[in-house]
Amino acid sequence: MSQVRGKSYPPVKRKKRGGDTKAALLLLPSFLIVSVFVYVFITYTIGVSLAENWMPAKPSMAQGPDPFATYKNLFENPRFQSDLRNSFIFTVLFLLLTVIAGFFIALAVHNMGRTKGFFRGVFLLPYALSFIVTGVVWRWLFNPDSGVNLFLKYSGVASAYKSITGEELRPEWLTSATTVGDISALLEKIIPGGQYIQVEMGIPLALIPVVIATSWQLLGFAMAMFLAGLVSIPEELREASMMDGATGSRYYRSIAVPMLAPIAITTLVILTHVALKIFDLIYAMSGSGIGFATDMPGIFVYESMYKALKYNTGAAASIVMLIIVCIVVVPYLIHSNRETNGR
Amino acid sequence: METRTKKMYKNAHARHGKNSRRVQFIILCLLVPFFVMPFYVMIMAALKTPQYADVTTMWLPPSPFSLDGLQEAWGKLSPNLMNSFTMVVPAVIISSAIGSFNGYLLSKFTFRFSSVMFTMMLVGMFIPYQSILIPLVKFLQLVNLYGTTPGLILVHVVYGIPITTLIFRNFYVSIPKEMVEAAAIDGAGILRTFFSVIVPVSIPGFVVAGIFQFTNIWNDFLFGVITISDPTKQPVTIALNNLSGTQTVNWNVLMAGALIAAIPTAVAYLALGRFFIQGLTAGSVK
Repeated sequence: MSQVRGKSYPPVKRKKRGGDTKAALLLLPSFLIVSVFVYVFITYTIGVSLAENWMPAKPSMAQGPDPFATYKNLFENPRFQSDLRNSFIFTVLFLLLTVIAGFFIALAVHNMGRTKGFFRGVFLLPYALSFIVTGVVWRWLFNPDSGVNLFLKYSGVASAYKSITGEELRPEWLTSATTVGDISALLEKIIPGGQYIQVEMGIPLALIPVVIATSWQLLGFAMAMFLAGLVSIPEELREASMMDGATGSRYYRSIAVPMLAPIAITTLVILTHVALKIFDLIYAMSGSGIGFATDMPGIFVYESMYKALKYNTGAAASIVMLIIVCIVVVPYLIHSNRETNGR
Repeated sequence: METRTKKMYKNAHARHGKNSRRVQFIILCLLVPFFVMPFYVMIMAALKTPQYADVTTMWLPPSPFSLDGLQEAWGKLSPNLMNSFTMVVPAVIISSAIGSFNGYLLSKFTFRFSSVMFTMMLVGMFIPYQSILIPLVKFLQLVNLYGTTPGLILVHVVYGIPITTLIFRNFYVSIPKEMVEAAAIDGAGILRTFFSVIVPVSIPGFVVAGIFQFTNIWNDFLFGVITISDPTKQPVTIALNNLSGTQTVNWNVLMAGALIAAIPTAVAYLALGRFFIQGLTAGSVK
């Protein structure tokens, strides 16, 4: 918590070596059950991903000649290749939009007087909704025959576009099958094994509406985090910097931004892991999309396991997801743990 | 002389601040429609009659007004709405209670491996749940809870422990240790201290953790769809998604359904928004 983190905790005196054994024993049940549900279960899923033919009715962990065959097939699968591409592009675009806009909205809201609470409430309201609700509603806002396109039509943007370029302006949004900025040819040359890439390595345009809808829902979260950080900056610091002749922008550059760095990192880690895990919103909004343009690893796992009944493939894909998320989250957890205990 | 220059600076800043504040205010006002738009569409559509609910007239207000769409959506979703409530309420209470006890242990006592145990538990709130679904279903079948609401409650309680523990640990840091020590001097043990000293001052913590868990669990989709296959027992998020995939359902009924599924969390948030923000920041930052 930003405010708490800013203060240093009073150092805790160790009573005896090992500390309170009783407290440790009382924490143990929670620790054990969470550990079973997290670590033992993950181990089981790894087992399924390496097994030759695991089925719910016949849960055999027996491995075939090549235990990693499922993983090899997975990475050669064009759909999963699209998923990895989509996940990466979605995460980058979503973070850029949400963190930058969230930061500036927080600065502006922080400067408001009586209207502060109103703006904060409006911008955060979407966060209280279910991803499913967001997906269902935004699916219709980006329907080519309605929603946003009606705006373009009635505001005159569409006809202005037509008179200038001679072409019809009617974005296909979610139903677009176009990929821009394809760098597959380049990747083929520079990455060993690049010839195995079977999908266009570019930005599928159908991902744009998905990014907008997800940002709509989570911008308020980013804003609230930055607002909490701004509130924790002591007012004296601002006054002192003003006395020293710092202008508004100078104040933000040399004081506010550095002081907000820890909270920015936390926000970034949390939003990154949400983006990498994204499932229900896209599942409800566009599903896999045309040519898997909006497919995601989370949807792939779900459909492999519960639609195609390919448990090994689903398990392997979920472990790939887990590894990607852990690369982002574990260093952060270890770091913040060390920081709180070091004080 | 010096004070005069300072004053001049101050005035300049005040003027500069006022202008830029006005610009910022206008920008924020322009952003409001973007955030409100989907709510507007949901509400307007829900109040239209089926024959006037055309997606090509999405932005127009309803004329004539009608509650038919809401009624039809209510008829389809209300059993699932009740399922959600019977699942969410116990799950929130149990996971908050456990989190409060864990938070107390972790913030007021030092013991070996406490931070390792805490960090290992926190990992549980970040993992993609897809990676535990297969053994989770097997486990629920093993204990005969597969396909039942108590089974889903158990799942939400266990995976809720990391976040509630974190929220309460951060909350209890602000409670003076002396209170706990005084109770210990009076001869109270760990458990008695918890119930007589900590619990009475924990109301704000419970509100924060409660509202946060309420929205988390209410909005869940994956656990519900995996552990409960009987459509009459599924939570409302899954029923709404099924409704969305049905071709025979009118568009305005679907929007009314989305509204119904959104109302409980939206109301909770509007009523307790302040705590919601606290939960958000307390629960996400260590």
